[in-house]
Amino acid sequence: MSSDSAQDLIAAVKRACDRKVALCLQGGNTKDFYGREPCGEPISILSHSGIVDYAPTELVITARGGTRLTEIESVVAEHKQMLAFEPPSFGSEATLGGTIASGLSGPRRPYVGAARDFTLGIRMINGRGEDLKFGGKVMKNVAGYDVSRLLVGSMGTLGVLLEISLKVLPVPKVEQTLMFELEQDQALALQNDWARKPSPISATSYREGVLHIRLSGSEKGVKAARARLGGEKIDHGRKHWHDIKEQRHKFFSQSGPLWRISVPPTAPTLNIPGSALLEWSGALRWLITDTPAQKIRAEVDKLGGHAVLFRGGDRENAFHPLATAVHKLHENLKKAFDPMGVLNPGRMYEGI
Amino acid sequence: MSTPASQFKEPLESVRARVADDLRAVVAAESVLSDIESLRPYECDGLSAYRKLPLVVVLPDRIEQVQEVARYCFKNDIPIVARGAGTGLSGGALPIENGVILSLAKFNRVLKIDAQNRTAVVQPGVRNLAISEAVAHLDLYYAPDPSSQIACTIGGNVAENAGGLHCLKYGLTVHNILKLKIVTVDGDLVTIGSDALDSPGYDLLSILTGSEGLLGIIVEVTVKLLPKPECARVIMASFDDIEKAGNAVGNIIAAGIIPGGLEMMDNAAIRATEDFVHAGYDVEAAAILLCELDGIPDEVEDDIESVKVVLAQSGYTQMQIAENEAQRQLFWSGRKAAFPAVGRISPDYYCIDGTIPRRALGSVLNKITELSKEYGLRVVNVFHAGDGNLHPLILYDGNVEGDLEKTELLAARILQLCIEVGGTITGEHGVGMEKIDQMCVQFDSLELTQFHAVKEAFDEKRLLNPDKAVPTLHRCAEFGAMHVHKGQLKFPEIERF
Ligand SMILES: Cc1cc2nc3c(=O)[nH]c(=O)nc-3n(C[C@H](O)[C@H](O)[C@H](O)COP(=O)(O)OP(=O)(O)OC[C@H]3O[C@@H](n4cnc5c(N)ncnc54)[C@H](O)[C@@H]3O)c2cc1C
Repeated sequence: MSSDSAQDLIAAVKRACDRKVALCLQGGNTKDFYGREPCGEPISILSHSGIVDYAPTELVITARGGTRLTEIESVVAEHKQMLAFEPPSFGSEATLGGTIASGLSGPRRPYVGAARDFTLGIRMINGRGEDLKFGGKVMKNVAGYDVSRLLVGSMGTLGVLLEISLKVLPVPKVEQTLMFELEQDQALALQNDWARKPSPISATSYREGVLHIRLSGSEKGVKAARARLGGEKIDHGRKHWHDIKEQRHKFFSQSGPLWRISVPPTAPTLNIPGSALLEWSGALRWLITDTPAQKIRAEVDKLGGHAVLFRGGDRENAFHPLATAVHKLHENLKKAFDPMGVLNPGRMYEGI
Repeated sequence: MSTPASQFKEPLESVRARVADDLRAVVAAESVLSDIESLRPYECDGLSAYRKLPLVVVLPDRIEQVQEVARYCFKNDIPIVARGAGTGLSGGALPIENGVILSLAKFNRVLKIDAQNRTAVVQPGVRNLAISEAVAHLDLYYAPDPSSQIACTIGGNVAENAGGLHCLKYGLTVHNILKLKIVTVDGDLVTIGSDALDSPGYDLLSILTGSEGLLGIIVEVTVKLLPKPECARVIMASFDDIEKAGNAVGNIIAAGIIPGGLEMMDNAAIRATEDFVHAGYDVEAAAILLCELDGIPDEVEDDIESVKVVLAQSGYTQMQIAENEAQRQLFWSGRKAAFPAVGRISPDYYCIDGTIPRRALGSVLNKITELSKEYGLRVVNVFHAGDGNLHPLILYDGNVEGDLEKTELLAARILQLCIEVGGTITGEHGVGMEKIDQMCVQFDSLELTQFHAVKEAFDEKRLLNPDKAVPTLHRCAEFGAMHVHKGQLKFPEIERF
């Protein structure tokens, strides 16, 4: 918790600018498999850690980029609160900075919001080595462009995240997991029907004929929903959702490239061969397949979604290619934050 | 940094005539307004203290026409100010003398409703409430509900990241949209976001939302729809002390409850609205809280019980739960009519939008009372307590010499106070022209420079709503010379003049 750890990082970025060398930002290195190949001189954020401010009645926690995700999760849990976007950690070493920079969200995402939705403010170092603050610790803030959210999921290519303020939510009083046996098309249709009505569904998964759903809410609310939805109650719900989130479920141990495919929830069963696991009421589809990237993306484009090569395979084009005009905006933004290209260059797209 | 179009060498009137003629080649002749009387209605937005006539007003009705207008302006270095319904409260749609007002008013159609996917594709000029009305028969609605929802447009909502009475639970505009089509400064049509829950690359949807017309012209919006809550109930509680009411807000949240709406009014607001709508408010209370719980009936029942306990522990003096829908509407009627009610007791009022951490509610409200006395201006407080978004209304009389200036000074003091307690100068109304100087207090020169760099990534020539939302460093230097903050110069590196 050295008070100079931020200054050290700032100095390191400035030096990198002077020397014109690329930096590879590292937290707990739990997500170095994700995106394009990391390259550049490693620079660790780990020493810049610690919770800066946490007031449960404000529903806001502020912590430094190098703080372990597990530390944050256990501190908020003491006050019966949670990071509602359920970020996957992929290892106990995961840091808050890496979590926000990769922008990944877990099972609860479609029902409460994503990492970006809970990000209220940041302190960051841009590629010029400048120490900047955007957003804040309040729920609503429209002063200036929403740079905080822009940084979520930017894979460290726009700035080093020094501090992050997140909105937290109360832990639901009761959670219960139900199981249904049905075909995939039926499962998709059913989930979309459920989503048309208010319900306390907070996670879904579908794999090989079995749909799991999680209900979250007050005792009466969950009971009423269960009576309405039917299904069979299972006891190992907590472990099930944890395994899905952390990719420890046996689906993920199959060999072959793993694709993360994001589509509108009403998209039909994908016309791509492979082994699939569905989440987010059908809006997120994990696929293990050797089908060529181009074919997958052509199919997913038609549905209005995008496909990320999540693990394995050829990382060169891990992220879905952008439309020309959008790519140009990415280049311009990269230049606006990191004109020398010292921050994780090429981690997302070539030249960005 | 001057506005590029200020380089016109000919007189303004002949420029006006020429630009109007040129634009009539792009859109129907009657869709270009250039005589002074027709320009008048566009000279201000909801912040009527600031007025300026635009060069011309153009009202295209097809995306290609917006592109053509943008290309023309780009080529000729003419600034463009996009305009929705003009209900903005920060002068965002305030015209620029040598710039075009591009009104999206004719883009007023709901293009597609996808009930199963719970989305709607709408044109930017569609009114906020019209979206919910268009999908009501499907038991769906669009959640963000600014008080201006009968009038304001979804394009304006996106440009301001508008909030509403229910954003603590349901989020702001940024949480409730999926995709935008924008026309860039040079006339390209670009899709931002997608029909899926997330999109590849940077979160451009976030940077566009709340960008106040400075980064692109929004020409289509895909919004998320939510199922209507099956039930909503409201509790009204009075307190004899404003600080107690403020603490009650934090206590409700600490108890693990996120109400659909959590609003507060101080005594001045209670009296003004009670006189106006006769909602049965407790006019003796220092403050009342309106706490709405919504969702599935069993859940709401549980929450009502918990909130009752918390309110008791927080020391209310009276409490009432609406027995039926009519009473619920009645409880809300005063809160919803707060602005017009205040309009009845004062010739003019000025609405502020600072947001603070909830824990500072009591102390900030007390401080505002002191400031109100110091400046001799009445202040009425009605606000979104759940998310700490204050709306102090300063009452003044524009016909009294010096009253507006005094009001602006008081407003600046209140905003400064919001920053000091760790808050922000604007929670939902935007910076526009109005709060541009306070931006110099909230951000330092490096941060402002970074904002300008973002602007340039989208609009290198600075033609889209230029000189709003983000102040130039020169402007801040001039402002700083007048208002030295805590004895420190905020912009020491800039020459003063
Ligand atoms: C009585 C009253 C109550 C209000 N209550 C609330 C409230 O509860 N919550 C809240 O958030 N706001 C509130 N407002 C403020 C205002 O209604 C919102 O800011 C609203 O979003 C503005 O929408 P508009 O269509 O009127 O936009 P305008 O005022 O026309 O424009 C606002 C800004 O958006 C830009 N803009 C507009 N359309 C586009 C477009 N298509 N593309 C790009 N830029 C565009 C303009 O250039 C301008 O900068 C209130 C206003 C009033 C008068």
